[in-house]
Amino acid sequence: MYSVRLWSVRHARGLNAFYRRFEAALLWLHGVFETLGYERIEKPVAGIERAVKGLLFDCRMCGQCVLSSTGMSCPMNCPKTLRNGPCGGVRDNGNCEVRPDMRCVWVEAYRGSERIPGGIAAMSAVQLPVDQRQQGRSSWLRVVREKFSAKSGAA
Amino acid sequence: MRFEDEPVPGYPLPILPGHTSPGRFERVLRAGGFAVTTELAPPDSADPEDVYKRARVFDGYVDAINATDGSGANCHMSSLAVCALLTRVGYAPIMQISCRDRNRIAIQGDILGGAAMGVCNMLCLTGDGVQAGDHPQAKPVFDLDCVSLLEIGRTLRDDHHFQSGRKISFAPRVFFGAAENPSALPHDWRAQRLAKKVAAGAQFIQTQYCYDLPLLRAFLGQVEQLGLLGKVYILAGVGPLRSAKTADWMRKNVPGMHVPDAVVDRLRGAQDQAREGRNLCIELIQSIREMRGISGVHVMAYRQEESVAEIVERSGVLQGRSPWYPGRDASQPAQRTAS
Repeated sequence: MYSVRLWSVRHARGLNAFYRRFEAALLWLHGVFETLGYERIEKPVAGIERAVKGLLFDCRMCGQCVLSSTGMSCPMNCPKTLRNGPCGGVRDNGNCEVRPDMRCVWVEAYRGSERIPGGIAAMSAVQLPVDQRQQGRSSWLRVVREKFSAKSGAA
Repeated sequence: MRFEDEPVPGYPLPILPGHTSPGRFERVLRAGGFAVTTELAPPDSADPEDVYKRARVFDGYVDAINATDGSGANCHMSSLAVCALLTRVGYAPIMQISCRDRNRIAIQGDILGGAAMGVCNMLCLTGDGVQAGDHPQAKPVFDLDCVSLLEIGRTLRDDHHFQSGRKISFAPRVFFGAAENPSALPHDWRAQRLAKKVAAGAQFIQTQYCYDLPLLRAFLGQVEQLGLLGKVYILAGVGPLRSAKTADWMRKNVPGMHVPDAVVDRLRGAQDQAREGRNLCIELIQSIREMRGISGVHVMAYRQEESVAEIVERSGVLQGRSPWYPGRDASQPAQRTAS
């Protein structure tokens, strides 16, 4: 919902802090996920993720969440799905070129990032193009799996 | 500025040390010259002569010609085809690549194809939304954005592989550019966005129209603070406004166009508004040229392309230099006296 989405940006700091704790809990549950089987729990977890993030951020389930680098403003709501910053068409009132009644997702992202410690630096990292195969899949589970495979790869 | 080994159309120049392309445009910038580029509006036609006619009006006044890629989301001849025609006779085109209409498979193919046709410069853009153009019913693609497009282009050139990792046997030798709009929100972040583009592979920048000099100055100050001045060549976008009415229409309807009230008022007060628009453009060029961090101007004169020569001439920025064009050395003295 649009108004909730704007609320989330205003509360970017708190939401980001909450997500950090939430991610730590997910990492702790890695063993459980593995016993159950990641592919088996994919659908129900993705369903919960869609419901929660859909409400808070109008999440589009790209499967490669970058909310922490975009001030809790989902870049997939940009009509051009830009993931590296605003286009040159932002209106003088800060609204979107394509949808004049909507705030520019990236103007919001900048405001949100200012509220998150290290947010502006995070926004300046180059984001690679999305992997379209991840569309609809859980970003939470992907993060846990990737962190563990990185760990076991390093060991 | 002349290069002894320039150019037989179809034969690339040698690549100088530290250069990434065999093109004249990169040479002018790296040699410290003040570069002038312009924009060619691709025809709604399949006649190559329509392209050559449009290019000829710039002869002797520009170092490179941008071929737009469906600008304003309107359908025209493709930028790749316009560039291929231009390189046949030796022009130095800048091929604009927009992410709106093609996915990464098509775009990477076009980068290779363009380079094979002798295109030395490519400008990586996001592109206007389809709602702005003549086919609002079209599907917007935006598989990449301008930054990831730069990254992919640079990977093709420097690491010799596609995004998939598959190797290519001969890398495209291209000078990559990007656009920036110092007048658009969020002002404080525009320079950092430029830093991101430079990190991804941008070697030159052409900006959107700059009518608001204080904004441009602030932007350049931030660019300098970020330590980017030696790393990227910035060409400021300028252009003549035909009348106060057009200026007002453009700022309301063209995405990203910012025209201060003072500019519109000045045009409104003039007797010959078109002439005043050209005068204003010349004054802008002369002020911008003095700014630290500026390497040239990009003169956009949509539907008044014939005014580019006059504007560049009267601004004096070429300092008597005559950029190459087909037949230059056959018919004219190489140096024109500055007027």
